[in-house]
Amino acid sequence: MQEILATNKLSIEKSHAGRRGVRFEKPQFSPDKYVPAKYLRKSVDRLPEMTEQDTVRHFTNLSRQNYCLDSHFYPLGSCTMKYNPKAYDRLSALDGFANAHPFAPEEAVQGTLEILYNLQELLKEITGLSAFTLQPAAGAHGELTGILTARAYFDAKKDKKRTEVIVPDTAHGTNPATSNMAGYKVINIHSGPDGRVDLNALQNALSERTAVVMLTVPNTVGLFEKDIRQIADMVHKAGALLYMDGANFNALIGVAKSADFGVDIMHLNLHKTFAAPHGGGGPGSGPVGAAAHVAPYLPKPLVEKLPNGTFTVRGKMPKSLGKMKSFYGNIAVCLRGYAYLRQFDGKTLKEIAENAVLNANYMRVLLKEAFPAFFDTVCMHECVLTIQKDKMNGVHTTDVAKRLLDYGFYAPTIYFPLIVPEAIMIEPTETENRDALEAFAKALCVIFDEAQKEPQLVKDAPHNQPVCRIDEVGAAREPNLHW
Amino acid sequence: MFTPHTDEDKKIMLQKIGAANVRELLQQIPQDLLYPKLNLPAALTEQALTRHLQELSAKNKPLSNFIGAGCEEHFIPAAVNALSSRGEFLTAYTPYQAEASQGTLQTIYEFQSCICALFDMDVCSASHYDGATAMAEAAAACLRVNNRHTILYSAGLHPHYKEVLKTYLKYVPGLKLKEVPLKDGIVDLQELQKQLTPDVSGFVVAGPNFLGQLEPLEDISDLVHKAGALLVAVAKPLALPLLHTPGQYGADFAVAEGQPLGNAMSFGGPGLGIFTCKKEFVRQVPGRIVGMAKDKNGKRSFVLTLQAREQHIRRERAASNICSNQALCALNAVIYMTLLGPEGLREVAELNLEKAHRLAEMLQAAGHKLKFNGYFFNEFVVELNVPAKQVIKKLAKKGIAAGYDLGQVSKDLKNCLLVCVTETKTDADLQAYVDALRGF
Repeated sequence: MQEILATNKLSIEKSHAGRRGVRFEKPQFSPDKYVPAKYLRKSVDRLPEMTEQDTVRHFTNLSRQNYCLDSHFYPLGSCTMKYNPKAYDRLSALDGFANAHPFAPEEAVQGTLEILYNLQELLKEITGLSAFTLQPAAGAHGELTGILTARAYFDAKKDKKRTEVIVPDTAHGTNPATSNMAGYKVINIHSGPDGRVDLNALQNALSERTAVVMLTVPNTVGLFEKDIRQIADMVHKAGALLYMDGANFNALIGVAKSADFGVDIMHLNLHKTFAAPHGGGGPGSGPVGAAAHVAPYLPKPLVEKLPNGTFTVRGKMPKSLGKMKSFYGNIAVCLRGYAYLRQFDGKTLKEIAENAVLNANYMRVLLKEAFPAFFDTVCMHECVLTIQKDKMNGVHTTDVAKRLLDYGFYAPTIYFPLIVPEAIMIEPTETENRDALEAFAKALCVIFDEAQKEPQLVKDAPHNQPVCRIDEVGAAREPNLHW
Repeated sequence: MFTPHTDEDKKIMLQKIGAANVRELLQQIPQDLLYPKLNLPAALTEQALTRHLQELSAKNKPLSNFIGAGCEEHFIPAAVNALSSRGEFLTAYTPYQAEASQGTLQTIYEFQSCICALFDMDVCSASHYDGATAMAEAAAACLRVNNRHTILYSAGLHPHYKEVLKTYLKYVPGLKLKEVPLKDGIVDLQELQKQLTPDVSGFVVAGPNFLGQLEPLEDISDLVHKAGALLVAVAKPLALPLLHTPGQYGADFAVAEGQPLGNAMSFGGPGLGIFTCKKEFVRQVPGRIVGMAKDKNGKRSFVLTLQAREQHIRRERAASNICSNQALCALNAVIYMTLLGPEGLREVAELNLEKAHRLAEMLQAAGHKLKFNGYFFNEFVVELNVPAKQVIKKLAKKGIAAGYDLGQVSKDLKNCLLVCVTETKTDADLQAYVDALRGF
């Protein structure tokens, strides 16, 4: 029976020699007509042989083992799992866009270039910054781009003594890793009792060695750095640059401009704030914006508009840091970002941010009794809760997360940020309605009750998923990474 | 609209929160900075937006494409996008909650498996941003493995890959980055041997290289390993069903641009960075890896594994800051490979080889000269009597994207055109190309 019910057979286990999904015309000659045997491969083994129907059924059934935003509330903190309009899926894949070659003669790709140029302009307008590159492929890639831009700026000024990047403990985990990749020493600073940057700690850390201060705004405990202008002043007085991790920009879009805070460089996540689906982990897009004094150091090329009204990527950028990836960026994702920004005017963008904040605060208040916020204050787009240890009978955050799956909700981000013990980081996003928020909060309250009455039920969760809890330690000890 | 609340909803929610209005919730933001004036175009309806983007899409001119140079046009069977565009794949996140993400996890495991089979390598990651960044990360991994301080790279790398390599490694303390020149379109082995000093950590080579030429990778591998250095190979996935594999010639790391496996060109992005290595280097792999595991009842399951390498745990000591993969592009690739199977992949590879050679022969018969006389797969270099730049302009007017202007890479090659022929081209397409090129 187990065999018949097996849902997770691998394609290679369904494979039969001689089955084919797609046929092509037959080659006329044997390859050794063109290439000597020593350059040839003998055989290709270990690849599945399946018909088109088998393949379709295989991947369709696999897809059904996923929770996804189209089917489930997906409150993954810091990830902005909001609804993305379906129109963009179709529009970003129109033949004219999909078939454009990056090295095609520019007169044949004016449509794509015009969109990219206008997207750069739109991003400039909503952040107040002077230039945007669309090249970075993801948020973390954007961070690296931003830090290398700063480094190119200091190099050009022959300011070699700046070797440090200051990162608060409420920053994204990628921030220190990024700084290290750019060859900087990471100086971690602790946040104050209110979950924000401790200005004294910052002042003590700042010196003539500081190149950049990386600030996640709003930060990972869902709070806005209310002293941000003062922070920017301190950073600039020390001769350093202020970098803003803008992954959480859906809390601010249309409500405030980063440039007004004194930010020099920032990245945005088109796959979070600007309506590109996450695709199970990517592709994303992490455009980086810069104020006028650092803009010349962004990666090359930017899309430029020529006096005759055409668009080009052939402009010279002599001070540029170089290239961050091949070609010009994750263009199909950029097209979605452009579509999103054309569908909303300033008034609606502001409503988007307001709804993100309203939803997170509503969630925070609904859960006040069962899972209190770690910093008991008004939050921005997400709320970070914790568990009341004395009331949970040994039930941990991970158990709560797994039990949520049973109730038909994806779990929030857990155990992050690190400064919050047993963290439960909930980002409802701006697109969820009140019913969804209340249903999720209710499920968490039921789980809280279960922890009192039947803790083992929670600890053993999930109960209705394709698989039960996975032995992650065993998987890492004896890695099985392919068939 | 995508902001769902009615006025009544808002009232109920604000009341529960204890705020008079939403603005009260934004008190942390300096009040004089709130609600700046935004100069944005008027909002479009979905219908108007559709029209707008269709018009822009039509501004891109469809050309008969003979450009490769790192991004190739291949036939994508309909089932690929039909499956990968399912919301269950498209709108899921990185599979943090493995129990509710087995679909994504198993597809990545199958992607890793198919790539390991195609490349003959032990380990494949869940994917990287693109071929260039995967290559740069592999070079960085070499430095960590053997603690030497020089990276050699072939002059035959894609020019963008060279630039990315320089960007990524620029601030590694004490690093020397040196280019090994080509001779007759392939790596100059004598020069390579000379440059392989005891401080060389790794050699990065593309095969086929940017000029389309096959490299003597077995010989290169021998030289590199004799010098105690590591070999990073930049492979072409659709050549591998046919040509010698990184595993066969002993690459330590093999990377590639995976776009040709079922992904559209999309003006060069998203790409699919394929990252593979030998078993002993598994802990140097940047980014996600999926492993097969067991659940507590012993049932087969899949999970993100070996996470101790990654940034969310190791922070500044992590191998890389990457925290995503190109899951959707990897999904396209694994569906493509599954649909084609070993026979279909081999057929596509053979068709690329055959059609490229047919065009080369036709061009030679028409009086054109090939720049190099080595072996090639689906790209080759034609030397013309006039700058390639001019030819490209003229052929574009006839509806043909003639190739990549090698004058951008080197002044010596300004009359040279890098031409790519894939399985998408018919005999009539080839003939039209030859006719258009007549006289240059």
